[in-house]
Amino acid sequence: MIAGYLSGRSVLHRLPAGVKLIALAMLSVLIVPLDSPVLLAMVLAAVLIVFSSFGRPGLRRLAQWRSLLPLLVIIFALQVWAASVEVALASVLRIAVMVLLADLVTLSTRMQDMMDALALPMRPLKRFGLDPERLALAVALVLRFVPVLLDTWRGREEAWRARSPRRPGLPLIGAFFSGALAMSDQVAEALDARGFGAPRRSRPARKPRI
Amino acid sequence: MDHQIFETRTLVRIALIAALIAALGFVPPIYLPLAAGVPITAQSLGVMLAGLLLGSRAGAAATGLFVFVVLLGAPLLSGGRGGLGVLASPTAGFLIGYVAGGYVTGLLAERLAARNLPALATALIAAIAGGILTVYAFGLPGLAMMANISLAKAFIGTSVFLPGDLIKAVGAAVLATTVLRSWSVAAPHRP
Repeated sequence: MIAGYLSGRSVLHRLPAGVKLIALAMLSVLIVPLDSPVLLAMVLAAVLIVFSSFGRPGLRRLAQWRSLLPLLVIIFALQVWAASVEVALASVLRIAVMVLLADLVTLSTRMQDMMDALALPMRPLKRFGLDPERLALAVALVLRFVPVLLDTWRGREEAWRARSPRRPGLPLIGAFFSGALAMSDQVAEALDARGFGAPRRSRPARKPRI
Repeated sequence: MDHQIFETRTLVRIALIAALIAALGFVPPIYLPLAAGVPITAQSLGVMLAGLLLGSRAGAAATGLFVFVVLLGAPLLSGGRGGLGVLASPTAGFLIGYVAGGYVTGLLAERLAARNLPALATALIAAIAGGILTVYAFGLPGLAMMANISLAKAFIGTSVFLPGDLIKAVGAAVLATTVLRSWSVAAPHRP
């Protein structure tokens, strides 16, 4: 249900995730100091052309950033008040360019590839107990739990409405939480039963069956 | 030596609360006339709940996990946003504030719980300090930096959200105390 990834075969899609992340970092170093609205508008136009090259899905993707518009308007107004129209235009354009550039990386990279690319810079964190395998499991669990939680809530709300003219209140939310917690503990038990929680060392080595 | 910071049950609960923060993003925003028509999203309510329900470390882990999944590309921020773009957007600081906010909320809830204050008051103080003050302490400088405006102007620009945030803190405190009452029997949530 959840996808930040737009399937496609463009050059961007074929580039390794790590390369794209490094390119994004380098581009942002170049773009952040720019303060000419004309130049920034040209960069934005280039980014928009890339988006439109993905066709309708690309444009729909652009529309997702609509929710950022009110904030940009506020920032524009504050900047005009504090500085000048030129400065205001430049900051709003800069933000739009940076956000959309980063989104190009996201839409052209599968979540798994992104995780793999991030595993390398995160390796030193292992010392602090951040195990990539457990992190990957946690991410997968979150993605699975979101629709489950939404469905469970909808189910409980419908059941409530079928029985009561009053609006669903605290008792329903309490029951929802207890149910969700019970579910998560069952998932944990199932994971442990499959040897997930066992310390790595004591896990018996798997021998191939002959 | 095996250093796993969380046992499996805690890890799955962290994922559950992270998913709850995400699910709250799907709650339609409420438009309050008193807040000048600024939409109030339920998402930051989840940050307060994470700290109140899971405690400091696991609470921060839950909010951190949520932010990580968003950055990986899942469009789970309210309004369907997600991906690396949010790091470049003016509200990026608030996202970092979520992680710190989860921690501070949990820490205060743990510390104050030892002082025999009423549970609801404890939860409310923790939610305000962690879920509002801490989140803004990161969010405002971020906004000021990204948008190139002064801190004072950033504060003026976001102050319309404060009434909504206070309502959420009260909501989180009431919810958390209700839920914890039924949880504590089955599950000691603090390691």
